[in-house]
Amino acid sequence: MDLQPIIEFKDFSFQYYSQVEPTLYNINLSILPGEKILIVGPSGSGKSTLGNCINGLIPFAYDGEITGELLINHASTQDKNIFELSKCIGTVLQDSDAQFVSLTAGEDIAFSLENDNVPNAEMHEQVKKVSRMVDMQNWLTSSPFELSGGQKQRTTLAGVLVNDVDILLFDEPLANLDPATGKTAIEIIEEICSSVNKTIIIIEHRLEDVLHRFVDRIIVINEGRIIANTNAHALVSSNILTKTGIREPLYVTALKYAGVPITESIQPGYIISVKAHQCKDALTTWQASIQPPQVQEEKPTVLKVENLTFSYDGIRNVLEEINFELKEGEMVSLIGKNGSGKSTLSKLICGFEKPGQGTISYRGNDIRDKSIKERAEIIGVVLQNPNQMISKNLIFDEVALGLRFRKVPEEEIIPRVEKVLDICGLAPFIEWPISALSYGQRKRVTIASILVMGPEILILDEPTAGQDYRHYTEIMEFLVEINKMGVTIMLITHDMHLMLEYTPRALVLADGHLIADAPASSVLTDLQIIQKANLKETSLYHLAQMADIPDSTGFVQGFINYERKLKNR
Amino acid sequence: MNAKTKLFSYDIVDSPIHSLSGLTKLICFLLLTFAVMYSYDIRVILAVMLFAALIMKLSKIKFSQIKLMVLYVLIFVLTNAVISFLFAPEMGVEIYGTRTVVIDLPGKFDITAEQLLYSTTKLFKYTSVIPFGIIFLLTTNPSEFASSLNRIRVHYKIAYAVALTLRYFPDVQRDYHDISQAQQARGLELSRKASLFNRIKNGLLIIIPLIFSSLDRIETISNAMDLRGFGKSNTRTWYTSRKMKSNDYVAIFISALIFIATASVSIFINKSRFYNPFI
Repeated sequence: MDLQPIIEFKDFSFQYYSQVEPTLYNINLSILPGEKILIVGPSGSGKSTLGNCINGLIPFAYDGEITGELLINHASTQDKNIFELSKCIGTVLQDSDAQFVSLTAGEDIAFSLENDNVPNAEMHEQVKKVSRMVDMQNWLTSSPFELSGGQKQRTTLAGVLVNDVDILLFDEPLANLDPATGKTAIEIIEEICSSVNKTIIIIEHRLEDVLHRFVDRIIVINEGRIIANTNAHALVSSNILTKTGIREPLYVTALKYAGVPITESIQPGYIISVKAHQCKDALTTWQASIQPPQVQEEKPTVLKVENLTFSYDGIRNVLEEINFELKEGEMVSLIGKNGSGKSTLSKLICGFEKPGQGTISYRGNDIRDKSIKERAEIIGVVLQNPNQMISKNLIFDEVALGLRFRKVPEEEIIPRVEKVLDICGLAPFIEWPISALSYGQRKRVTIASILVMGPEILILDEPTAGQDYRHYTEIMEFLVEINKMGVTIMLITHDMHLMLEYTPRALVLADGHLIADAPASSVLTDLQIIQKANLKETSLYHLAQMADIPDSTGFVQGFINYERKLKNR
Repeated sequence: MNAKTKLFSYDIVDSPIHSLSGLTKLICFLLLTFAVMYSYDIRVILAVMLFAALIMKLSKIKFSQIKLMVLYVLIFVLTNAVISFLFAPEMGVEIYGTRTVVIDLPGKFDITAEQLLYSTTKLFKYTSVIPFGIIFLLTTNPSEFASSLNRIRVHYKIAYAVALTLRYFPDVQRDYHDISQAQQARGLELSRKASLFNRIKNGLLIIIPLIFSSLDRIETISNAMDLRGFGKSNTRTWYTSRKMKSNDYVAIFISALIFIATASVSIFINKSRFYNPFI
């Protein structure tokens, strides 16, 4: 074949004017028409910058110095502006909510046609045509609030397909999606792209989720340089993932634990391709060797929720008949699709909303009459986005804020804040302005500012959303430390890995009902629960089934036990 | 969604008012507003108020949708009436040229029939204009509103900014709500227990995080818009713009008629903006 590359980087470097070092060094990369490429890399590796160079946001929206050359469709991008580029490259950004600029799906799909001055009648015609391609023709008048996550993805995709672009660029398409929707998103990309034959570039750090479907090549970027450019099997077999801090697929970890050598010959790139049968013996022996953890003594109940029912409008119940208990020192996850009532439940516990029926009690005492402020001394809540909580310039002031509100004397505040900052690993930054901190550090500041009030229960909303593996591990290990000190933790999350790795017990909400209160291993292997709550079964379960291991759920639990022991939790 | 966050939300309802194009509604709104604002004739104003009530009924707006807005408006117009009386109790006398005392009060605060008429007229003026505003807001799709602004020669970037504000208003409201609850959990006092100065100071502790999280949002939106060619040419077309149909012309005709009628009453019958029954 003698295809000309559709995208070609030649000795390409880029440096933001605001940065001291270049973000991209000497990139050489060719992408052929019709290829499907996955670009992975940890946060700050330059992978998004690379994407922004392709779609023209660099230098249109972000200034910097470019050296070398980038050719798209054989023409240098130096001579093109973002609008010309948008004719041949369609970009789907992460967070389909924020990029939904219009009030209805139809209008959003039409957005770029509007900017091209396409006459109204013709525009409606084209929108109809494209919406049929993505199966959204019956939802054109729906607002973003009425659409599911998958439908928003389809709408956004239609919004770029309407231009008949050659290249589709997805920038972290899986961030903020629940597991089932993430899976669907990858399937939609596959489905649409195989029918229209486009060049696809997916930028993502959630490797295993993208490899739910086939890709031609994977490019690994680290510290601004391309360090691998290969296929999925070769990449997974190498040590590049561990070296760059990208999470390897979970089934590969299991195979490694079982002592199976990971080589290209077992085709380990995709769960559907891996030759699990060949590994059956190793897996069985490994599973048999794992010892169940010692049964822990029963701890007293700290929080008890009984017959809780709640409704915002008095018509539809958002939560119905919820019953569960939290034991002292537990770490549980609360999962379920968007709108299932997870946030509402946490708001009820914190007293932000008042329950319609039922009781919430703390160590046997009903906390109905306690105000938000009083409850905060028992139960702390940390919002997902640290920017939503930080209101002071200096770390010390931010953490001290809750105590100052409570009129705690200043001489008592100082040691308390210092102690918390020490626990949170923020002691060296005590005098720093918050604006100088990274995202992960800011997250810690928000956790510290809650911990300082000495709550016994901590509720965290999506503590690791949008974080790469290294930051994810950092935040979670930090929470484990706090947990070990006796703080009971409830995590609201979409991340199935997190649930498997860190929380022995999971509460699952679906349409306002608590449909499961069980070990993570049984939740993630129960098809009915998975479907009802928009979850995704873990690849460990697939692996066990493909290898004909009789007790697949037991296999998943075995993996969890093994890891706990290994990491000494 | 929570009822509180639906202050300005547009609902798709099948009504004769909803089916008018945004441009029509904008023109009618302007005509009717000018009609009422120009005239100080209580008979004319009452007639227009009746018309506003009729339109309100036609547009199938439920009282529950506008309860909060009506409350704010009432508080505003009543305060306005009281304050203008306190500052200029003889305004009516000045305008109408006679002085008929109804209740004799100390100082200059006599209540005169002239002042009563003037105040009532002004009160009704506001209460007849505001329903048109409410109807316009609640029955017009924000994007269509933007497209009509654009059609009366407002630059599309400004028009679109208006639509975007309305589009993201509920999101920002939700953010505000979340932030405020999280800050209250830390002990922030927003209730009347705190002094006014402290409440303002505490309000800042919500506004600052709100600004920062909104800035994140704005960056994403503006990138998404750039990437889909917003701003590349000097004009743009609108998916939601509708062709003018016969009912649109009828509506404009009726509004124009009302405008001309009220103007004629002022010019030919009253020979001034005021209706004077005292002479």
